[in-house]
Amino acid sequence: MEFLNGFVALSNFVLVPAIAYGSQLALGALGVTLIYGILRFSNFAHGDTMAFGAMVTVLVTWAMQSIGISFGPLPTALLALPFGIAGAVLMVLMTDKMVYKFYREKKSKPVILVIVSMGVMFMMNGIVRVIIGPNEQQFRDGERFLIKAREFKNMTGLDEGLAIKSTQAITVVTAAIAVALLFWFLNKTRTGKSMRAYSDNEDLALLSGINPERVVAVTWIIVAALATIAGVLYGLDKSFKPFTYFQLLLPIFASAIVGGLGNPLGAIAGGFVVAFSEVMITYAWKKVLGYWLPDTLEPSGLVQLLSTDYKFAVSFMILIVVLLFRPTGLFKGKAY
Amino acid sequence: MIKVENLHKHFGGFHAVDGATLEIEQGSITGLIGPNGAGKTTLFNVIAGVLTPTSGRVTMAGEDITGLPPHELFHKGLLRTFQIAHEFHSMSCRENLMMVPGDQIGERLWDTWFGRKRIADQERALRAKADEVLEFLTITHLADHKAGQVSGGQKKLLELGRTMMVDAKIVFLDEVGAGVNRTLLNTIGDAIIRLNQDRGYTFVVIEHDMDFIGRLCDPVICMAEGKVLAQGTLDEIKANEQVIEAYLGTGLKNKDMLEA
Repeated sequence: MEFLNGFVALSNFVLVPAIAYGSQLALGALGVTLIYGILRFSNFAHGDTMAFGAMVTVLVTWAMQSIGISFGPLPTALLALPFGIAGAVLMVLMTDKMVYKFYREKKSKPVILVIVSMGVMFMMNGIVRVIIGPNEQQFRDGERFLIKAREFKNMTGLDEGLAIKSTQAITVVTAAIAVALLFWFLNKTRTGKSMRAYSDNEDLALLSGINPERVVAVTWIIVAALATIAGVLYGLDKSFKPFTYFQLLLPIFASAIVGGLGNPLGAIAGGFVVAFSEVMITYAWKKVLGYWLPDTLEPSGLVQLLSTDYKFAVSFMILIVVLLFRPTGLFKGKAY
Repeated sequence: MIKVENLHKHFGGFHAVDGATLEIEQGSITGLIGPNGAGKTTLFNVIAGVLTPTSGRVTMAGEDITGLPPHELFHKGLLRTFQIAHEFHSMSCRENLMMVPGDQIGERLWDTWFGRKRIADQERALRAKADEVLEFLTITHLADHKAGQVSGGQKKLLELGRTMMVDAKIVFLDEVGAGVNRTLLNTIGDAIIRLNQDRGYTFVVIEHDMDFIGRLCDPVICMAEGKVLAQGTLDEIKANEQVIEAYLGTGLKNKDMLEA
């Protein structure tokens, strides 16, 4: 009983939130890693692409809510998601045409493209704030919980309750579907193979008749879709606030680098590594340890390694450790 | 077939190609020789659209192709291989070959989802063709190996194989024999002759192996310091004073003079 109670408390406060957060980071990191693998630069505007896509989704959700469209127990935002993706796709294709293309044709060095992407980041940042404002926005509706803590207690007779928010379940399911589609696309379709070919060896891809502009456009479309999905899921799970997406950039890059930049599988693994580290290091273990340790060893303090205020420090630490000891990431990425 | 007129390619102050003018006959296997640093590979790169020329003109069958990007030249039937073999390292050798033919149905985003059957048919045909090419090159056993893991010589074969996946008009081979053993080199030579005779490919071959050049190429063009020195049969080239000077320097002549 003691052990089970401890485990349920652990699931409630660590495992479930970390899995949901990890899925969101994984989706974000996939976008970063695809851009790095194919367009060969670190896209700092990724966080704000997420914010932009999520913003369009929020606006469409509000419009749907106001005319009475709903998705039953599921959040209306899922219905609005395709519109958000379309908006983000238009936005990134436009930025590519207007900004990145110019530097690509000049064959600019990656570091220049990184700086360019920072400019794009500030632009998008501003656009989002002008349209929707800098404040927190509420757009969640539908059922709040899949399992409520009290129901769980009644069901199992345990002292500890396990609450699973519907947004957490939706996050994991949606992320799984998106990732499955992406991997099928990259590995099985000709377009996906062209993208991999372009990532493997750009010169040869060009000399094999692969149209680079098409590969680039498809990459942007996929990245915009992933970013919007990640942004909307994060917004549903926590809340939508433009600035948080800018902050998310750090854990997202940490995820992509931990997994190995340019490696999609690594991005997913990295997302979970970062999410679990962050949640576990900022969690106060007093309760769980109280169940698991003998009474004499029960901790009197909170057993919290780091205050939640410092959660971004975890990503920093992971980044430093990885770059020092395994710069290519867990899976071999493209950055040597 | 291909006409190069007064082509220049400068890297800063260095004139890699310095006013090269040459013509490649349709249906020929033209050899391109010259000492290291003569500008042969740069010339290839400019013709194949990897580099844009500083000045000058390249025409193919009368059409100006100067500065066109590589993928457009590919669709016009102009292919090249690399001195240091390139490959898609994370894909199998068969997939490497199947990548080549352009404009596949599966490349269109819409058909990826809604044209599954047609894509499957096309893929099957490509797969059969790729297997045929692999067999021709005697590397069938490597079909499912990752291309990044096969040997240098085998990558060279794969390079040649790539040009056989489509109906090319003209193929530029950059040291296709470098790092390849004799037997394999003969295989490659046979393949080139066969492609030239049966399928009418025009070849331009950069090679340092004079036996190989002698067996395949007529005419031979010799380059040095970014310029075309001489053109003719290999024997004519070998007898050319300027060519000997470019390869061996003036020392030998001085020695002859001393002995005389």
